[in-house]
Amino acid sequence: MEFTDEQIHRYSRHIILPEVGGKGQKKLLQAKVLIVGAGGLGCPVGYYLAAAGVGTIGIVDNDTIELSNLQRQIAHSTERIGMPKADSAKMTFEALNPDVMVHAVKERLNKDMIMDLIKDYDIVVDGSDNFPTRYLVNDACVMAGKPLVSGAILRFEGQVTTIIPREGHCYRCLFEEPPPPGLVPSCQEAGVLGALPGVIGALQAMEVLKLILGVGQPLKNQLLIYNALETNFRKVKVPKNPDCPVCSDHPRITELQDYEAEYCQMRF
Amino acid sequence: MEEIKPDRSINIKGLICPYTFVKSKLAIEEMEVGQVLEIILDYPEASRSIPKSMEDHGHRVLKVEKINETDWVILIRKERE
Repeated sequence: MEFTDEQIHRYSRHIILPEVGGKGQKKLLQAKVLIVGAGGLGCPVGYYLAAAGVGTIGIVDNDTIELSNLQRQIAHSTERIGMPKADSAKMTFEALNPDVMVHAVKERLNKDMIMDLIKDYDIVVDGSDNFPTRYLVNDACVMAGKPLVSGAILRFEGQVTTIIPREGHCYRCLFEEPPPPGLVPSCQEAGVLGALPGVIGALQAMEVLKLILGVGQPLKNQLLIYNALETNFRKVKVPKNPDCPVCSDHPRITELQDYEAEYCQMRF
Repeated sequence: MEEIKPDRSINIKGLICPYTFVKSKLAIEEMEVGQVLEIILDYPEASRSIPKSMEDHGHRVLKVEKINETDWVILIRKERE
């Protein structure tokens, strides 16, 4: 493909980077990324990926926009309250960059459709707000061999990790099973400072761009923890668990499962 | 001095920075290592910045020459992918 004059201008600050160039920009335009959640994390992830010219973005969310989302979910707006978040995100991302095709998936992920959905994408980003989805996405990505950039936030702290199935750890190597319902406070109960998902989402977007471009080192076998109050980034090593129930050579979990969604709805 | 015959020539007169370099870089990316790109330009700043940026990217500047009142010719040999 040849760049149009508009694309040369739009992506000029990428093209002049030795690590990107026209070749890297073409990789971005051909890449397909699925974002789980159009909330606090999904909004900045999708916004930056769209700006970067990631050509195909899928965004999964079955929620509609509420006023209380707008303190942090920057792809939406006051006049769109009540609109499905996936539709709003599609409008925002495509308005930012007409090179980008956004597929809005207005469903809650479940074990019966997730494999069919992720097969069309190169990379998956988890910006979900609940443990059932988090574990479902992890297991599906391990089984499908799809790189997964996972992010989570609460109060003033966030974390990011990049899962490259079989090469590195997975979410279950880190936390084998979801915590019991009620143990971890939701952000309805605990709150979240609005810019926090922006920080974590931007880190997730950066991990995705690096994976597409094949530059730098992904957060493989590592968990990055950000403490906003102390302005502190900490990296924790996460070795691959040789007895991991899903990603080891002898997995116990060989079929996807839908955990009961009895957790308090955490609207990150 | 032996005349160097470019493998490809681009005319970027009328363009300003950073698009002068963006266009030059896109052109050289499509060429083979060892080939020579000729760039004709008229933006004075770019006559200095393009050679510097090309060297930063690992390529070799063979010639920077003002050929008339307004225009420069730059020859760059692609040294690496």
